[in-house]
Amino acid sequence: MRIPLSWLREYVDLPAGETGRDVQAKLISSGLEVETVEQLGAGLTGPLVVGKVLTIEELEGFKKPIRFCTVDVGTANGTGEPQEIVCGARNFAVGDKVVVVLPGATLPGDFKIAARKTYGRTSHGMICSAAELGMGDDHDGIIVLPPEHEAGTDAIALLELVDEVLDIAVTPDRGYCLSMRGVARETAIAYGISLSDPALLDVPPPNAFGYPVQVGDPFGCDRFTARTVVGLDPEARSPIWLQRRLQKAGMRPISLAVDVTNYVMLELGQPLHAYDRTQVDGPIGVRRAQPGEKLTTLDGAQRVLDAEDLVITDNSGVIGLAGVMGGANTEIADAVRDETTGEVRGTTDVVIEAAHFEPVAISRTARRHKLSSEASKRFERGTDPQTTSAAAQRTADLLVLLAGGTAEAGVTEIISPSAPRTISIPADHPDRVAGTEYGRETVVRRLQQVGCDVYGSDELVVTVPSWRPDLTDPNDLAEEVIRLEGYENLPSTLPKLPSGRGLTGSQQLRRRTGRALAGVGYVEVQNTPFLGEAAFDQLGLEADDPRRRTVKLVNPLSDEEPAMRTTLLPGLLATLRRNIGRGSHDLALFETGLVFRPTGAEPAPPRLPVDRRPTDEEIAALNAALPEQPRRVAVALSGAREQAGWWGKGTAASWADAIEAGRTVAREAGVELIVRQDQHAPFHPGRCAALLAVVDGEELLVGHAGELHPRVVKALHLPDQTSAMELDLDRVERASSGPVPAPRVSTFPVATQDVALITDASVPAAEVEAALRTGAGELLESLRLFDIYTGEQVGEGKKSLAYALRFRAADRTLTAEETTTARDAAVAAATAATGAVLRGA
Amino acid sequence: MSAPNKSYDPVEVEALKPEEIERMRDEALAAIAAAAGLDELREVKVAHTGDRSPLALANREIGALPPHAKAEAGKRVGQARGGVNKALAARQAELEAERDARVLVEEAVDVTLPYDRVPAGARHPLTTLSDRIEDIFVAMGYEVAEGPEIEAEWFNFDALNFPPDHPAREMQDTFFVQPLAGGSDGDSAESGVVLRTHTSPVQIRSMIDREPPVYVICPGRVYRTDELDATHTPVFAQVELLAIDEGLTMADLKGTLDHMVRALFGSDLTTRLRPAYFPFTEPSAEMDMQCFACRGESAVNPDRPCRTCSSEGWIELGGCGMVNPRVLTACGVDPRKYSGFAFGFGIERLLMFRHNIADMRDIIEGDVRFTLPFGMEI
Repeated sequence: MRIPLSWLREYVDLPAGETGRDVQAKLISSGLEVETVEQLGAGLTGPLVVGKVLTIEELEGFKKPIRFCTVDVGTANGTGEPQEIVCGARNFAVGDKVVVVLPGATLPGDFKIAARKTYGRTSHGMICSAAELGMGDDHDGIIVLPPEHEAGTDAIALLELVDEVLDIAVTPDRGYCLSMRGVARETAIAYGISLSDPALLDVPPPNAFGYPVQVGDPFGCDRFTARTVVGLDPEARSPIWLQRRLQKAGMRPISLAVDVTNYVMLELGQPLHAYDRTQVDGPIGVRRAQPGEKLTTLDGAQRVLDAEDLVITDNSGVIGLAGVMGGANTEIADAVRDETTGEVRGTTDVVIEAAHFEPVAISRTARRHKLSSEASKRFERGTDPQTTSAAAQRTADLLVLLAGGTAEAGVTEIISPSAPRTISIPADHPDRVAGTEYGRETVVRRLQQVGCDVYGSDELVVTVPSWRPDLTDPNDLAEEVIRLEGYENLPSTLPKLPSGRGLTGSQQLRRRTGRALAGVGYVEVQNTPFLGEAAFDQLGLEADDPRRRTVKLVNPLSDEEPAMRTTLLPGLLATLRRNIGRGSHDLALFETGLVFRPTGAEPAPPRLPVDRRPTDEEIAALNAALPEQPRRVAVALSGAREQAGWWGKGTAASWADAIEAGRTVAREAGVELIVRQDQHAPFHPGRCAALLAVVDGEELLVGHAGELHPRVVKALHLPDQTSAMELDLDRVERASSGPVPAPRVSTFPVATQDVALITDASVPAAEVEAALRTGAGELLESLRLFDIYTGEQVGEGKKSLAYALRFRAADRTLTAEETTTARDAAVAAATAATGAVLRGA
Repeated sequence: MSAPNKSYDPVEVEALKPEEIERMRDEALAAIAAAAGLDELREVKVAHTGDRSPLALANREIGALPPHAKAEAGKRVGQARGGVNKALAARQAELEAERDARVLVEEAVDVTLPYDRVPAGARHPLTTLSDRIEDIFVAMGYEVAEGPEIEAEWFNFDALNFPPDHPAREMQDTFFVQPLAGGSDGDSAESGVVLRTHTSPVQIRSMIDREPPVYVICPGRVYRTDELDATHTPVFAQVELLAIDEGLTMADLKGTLDHMVRALFGSDLTTRLRPAYFPFTEPSAEMDMQCFACRGESAVNPDRPCRTCSSEGWIELGGCGMVNPRVLTACGVDPRKYSGFAFGFGIERLLMFRHNIADMRDIIEGDVRFTLPFGMEI
């Protein structure tokens, strides 16, 4: 809501020197979000005067038509002689009154005016357009003033060019501040001065001979006032003051009747509609639309109506969307002069509608038709139902005053009976909410200031004003008192908390995971979780891959990415590529976050009330409507994992690093991962590991790691051998076991044995190792694969695995025989399990 | 042990004269001092302390002396030999130290060589800043509560006193989710499920799951339909706080905010509340903190403009208020017995002004050059 300070002063007698910034500070403190104070006409200095065009000479030979004019500016130029001015606009004629800026003046934007040669003449000033004067840019050409203004009159005052405008972001609860009246009331309270309420008008009582109105839906429309004004001069134009106020408030002057209804809406907050009476057929009605009914609204759009839409009708059918927008067929007609007869046609008789509509109905209609209007904005926030008759009166008064019409004596008022709303609160309720002591007297005074009637002593019975539909609860009243007493005056205290339990195990694990990965060189990223089918295609997922089953958005930011991620990899790989594109090449990234895995069988959530806690079953039903949202951790890496340098060669990031990242994470949970060869998109089919962990004695898949499939690497424009890992943190956490049983440390000497085993190249090392461990028995302290050899000496399709075995007993020094026996048993077990043969045997 | 020697050899006794012994000792000491290296010293050692050395031979003569002379000669030779051995050991140590010093100099390296074999990683500053805020409150006794990001509208709106069709729902720029089951008719049907627009549904879940008193902090990702630009992002991190107990007041809210701001930015800062509107709190307020860079001075002193707060003196943090009793009712908390306060703010914005970040996209895009300097903690 834009509030011109000059207009505001009409209702509140602000101190003379008070600036827009001063008012802004006061209003912010009492709870209105005054976002800016615009300085209109800043830097404007005259002379800027009314001029009368005396002669126009068309100059030829230029790219565009140019006029050389002489203009009577009275004595403003010091000589009284006609002022010679060159002008490029054409929308004026000899005899028109225009706005002339003379040499020596400065226009907004530090535009200094001086006599200057142009188009072969000397222009002593300029004939001004609205834009040049900072009045808004919605007029083409220069301003043509009504003829009654004398040449030489100061136009800065006439056009009210210097002003301040407060721009207020009105929150949904403060609909009454979408009006001068509402903001004036807040200003009056903030300054502790009185308000002259523009809605306090003498209004004739309703009678039986007003324009007939039938309200068929008293819930949707509990109040409807209709007045009629006849005999309007269709050529009457809005006076400058009215146009200027509309412009400053951000509205465009259109025609007198429309301008007046807009003006009254801005002033009182009551949206109005004016119908051309000659176009309305029979009584005006209010009802819900029939499905499929059509209406062409004022904006020219034809709309198919919904059964919930509240509409205004006449005998011909629907003539308006109630509270949102009128119909084109009853629109006020502009004056049109018939050139042959000289007759002027246009609207002379209007019916004024001032009604109160139910907010939710208006809100739904405005949303359904994607049609937000100044009227609907006010109705959906709740207007003052008791202002309809004053608003209709004010509109009639202005039309009579400005267009020479006559207000008919008929006054129609349809009113559904309603009781005033009261709220009971203990007098100390605001004190208890605030944590400070205001006292009953202050509480009562503040509530009265906002328009409440207050009775009672310890228990207050508060009747809230009709313009404050937002005041419904005791805390609403507490807020009024506290904000007017000043939030800045609240004390600062701390509650006494019961002792807390600290972070949960899973929260701690997440932090440790992040630190561990960052500690081994990974950089954390947080990607936007939106994606589209293309991402899955790039990963090479099969058509029936469960990861393609996504949660989709109704209103995605991009149609290319309408779905929620089911895996962290697309986002992570895109970020990897972005970094590479920016010149970083040795990269190790990680991300922790939720993925969204619908089953597709989630039922719709039940609609639950809010006047009680839902039952456990109802909450379960809500939760069942949501997809699984497991927490994942993923890494992606490319380039060098270890840099080359003076210490020697580096190593390239590989599948092994990706798997190790999985182990790093699992280690933080105290979990040892089981690594199995696997084939799983988007990984290289020969370089992919399934990562498993034991949960409740069962092996559970927790993720995958490996090198990306060469096709994926190509599709995503990533470096060869880019590797990745993704695992489910929730599952890893479930695999986490209790306290670690401490090992017994033997102080007897160690006996070492190395064995080299030849196996088929396809035998997984993990199986050989597992067999060795089992076979070696209890005496085995540790085992380590220290070399792999492939080549001629072991033969085609074979490999040699060299293990170092360390044996030790808890209670004695092992004999050579014992060690050898254990080693032989280990080898025998490996042979039995994998066909491994002792090298050199 | 041999038997006493009765056969004296008067001729050889010359060697045991005190002058002779002194001479032998002095020769040995001179040779030791003159030894230039460990090898030379080894030769000197053999020559002067070995079995064939003059002092060793002299020692052997002692047995031939008459008993009365034995003691004195023995003492004299023993002292001489002791002196030589001591000098030898000292010289040995001296020469070894010289040698070691020489070798260690040769073994010296350039310790200023760079060593970026596996460069360090880093956690994202949004994560670490959120952790830091959590820790402030965990230390006070709050617990960290979390919930789903795809959320039922009942939790995200209804229970928070956003009536259906109330304009307040539109303040939130919500991403709506298509019906999950059999969703062939696409976006026309309403699924009742949204991407949460704030972490407030976690507050609801906390109240429903726990008996009061409830003191929780709710960090997490939230979603609004804003295009990514220098100051907006459709996905952002939020931290909200909820306190439900008997007798909680707006003064407690103010004190809690003051505490947080001081813990994050410095002990002498204060906060300011301005009236505002949120459906889920009543009374509601916007919360500002005094600018930590200029301490509010730029607002009153035009000569000292402040970039951090645009010379406002205050920085807008987020929204807060007393939990609307209707919200308590929807969660089964008796509003006649309990009251509560809540606040929430965005971590990106906090990060931006705390670390002077000009463009939101730097936080979002995951450029390692942005993240690395933040390290492990913030």
